[in-house]
Amino acid sequence: MATVIESAQLPELSTEELSRYARHLSLPEVGTEGQRKLKAARVLCVGTGGLGSPLAFYLAAAGIGTLGLVDFDVVDASNLQRQIIHSTRDIGRKKLDSAAEKLQALNPTLNVVKHEIMLSSANALDILKDYDIVADGTDNFPTRYLVNDACVLLGKPNVYGSIFRFEGQASVFATKDGPCYRCLYPEPPPPGLVPSCAEGGVLGVLPGVIGVIQATEAVKIILGKGKTLSGRLMLYDAMDMHFREVKLRRDPACPVCGDSPTITEYVDYVEFCSGRPARA
Amino acid sequence: MTIFIPTPLRAFAGGSKAVEVQASSVAAALDSLTSAHPALRNHLFNAEGKLRAFVNLYLNDEDVRYLPAKEATAVSSSDTLSIIPSIAGGIATAGNRTGSMRRVRG
Repeated sequence: MATVIESAQLPELSTEELSRYARHLSLPEVGTEGQRKLKAARVLCVGTGGLGSPLAFYLAAAGIGTLGLVDFDVVDASNLQRQIIHSTRDIGRKKLDSAAEKLQALNPTLNVVKHEIMLSSANALDILKDYDIVADGTDNFPTRYLVNDACVLLGKPNVYGSIFRFEGQASVFATKDGPCYRCLYPEPPPPGLVPSCAEGGVLGVLPGVIGVIQATEAVKIILGKGKTLSGRLMLYDAMDMHFREVKLRRDPACPVCGDSPTITEYVDYVEFCSGRPARA
Repeated sequence: MTIFIPTPLRAFAGGSKAVEVQASSVAAALDSLTSAHPALRNHLFNAEGKLRAFVNLYLNDEDVRYLPAKEATAVSSSDTLSIIPSIAGGIATAGNRTGSMRRVRG
């Protein structure tokens, strides 16, 4: 991934880029080399919705070289309360087109790769293999478990965020020796046992906070600086304006990243999340 | 001790964000909680009485699964117990009725 690219192999910064990223370049933790790492980096954003909007926007602004976007949806009026990359005039357009246009307007040197596809067991490897980091902005369990397993199997860090009403979670999974989402939650809730967000709603600002945390973590991983959320689950309560964190450990018995994994290839994630007892 | 109730389960705990219980262990605290709010029981435990796989319990910031005595761990009145279930964003949770995976909009 980007952090192991030798300095000599990193792309040079143009005069325009030196000026554009001046406030990064004056940070010792970023500097010219860090900015060149960002330029070399390839990040995949799964979803261009509530979490993906701020995530992709900030990564584009930060000077990430290549941003892949996975989405299959079109912009709906009810998205606009939180999905800030889309505008009123985009209602009815493909989210991918709407998002790519905004990102390229923000940063014309950004290479946006559009994946208009339903991420599935059949295509996950092919899509994820070209990226250094995956940012999971999905809102459903089948895709989340798929992204998790794919990141573990491919050895790519998974910058995770999730939201519900006024609460959010964030972490970094699938780093070397770090836990994965299945270490935290081996199985999803069966349908109907936990009330859905569609019933419950979500505070529009909430994914902004969590998506920006995801962007921060992605940038730190690329720079190889700071302490990431790997091994920690960040919990945010917007109503109380309260952050706290709990410890996460890699589970040696984890079916995908444990010492004797039983999941070594992709499973049927819709089936896995359907509440039926069959597994892997 | 204080037990923090996550948003998705508050409806089964009388709307409370936090419940105070007097208990000497994690298991006793959960007993006390589910006695006061029986509707929570089905959401926290399976038919065999085991904590469900999509619910995690943290005593302060430690996962109860990794404490040496697990749910028999002794607690004091200043400890907090957090119930942290898996959550998912904008649309129906696990395996929504159409089985669709296409909507990935957070």
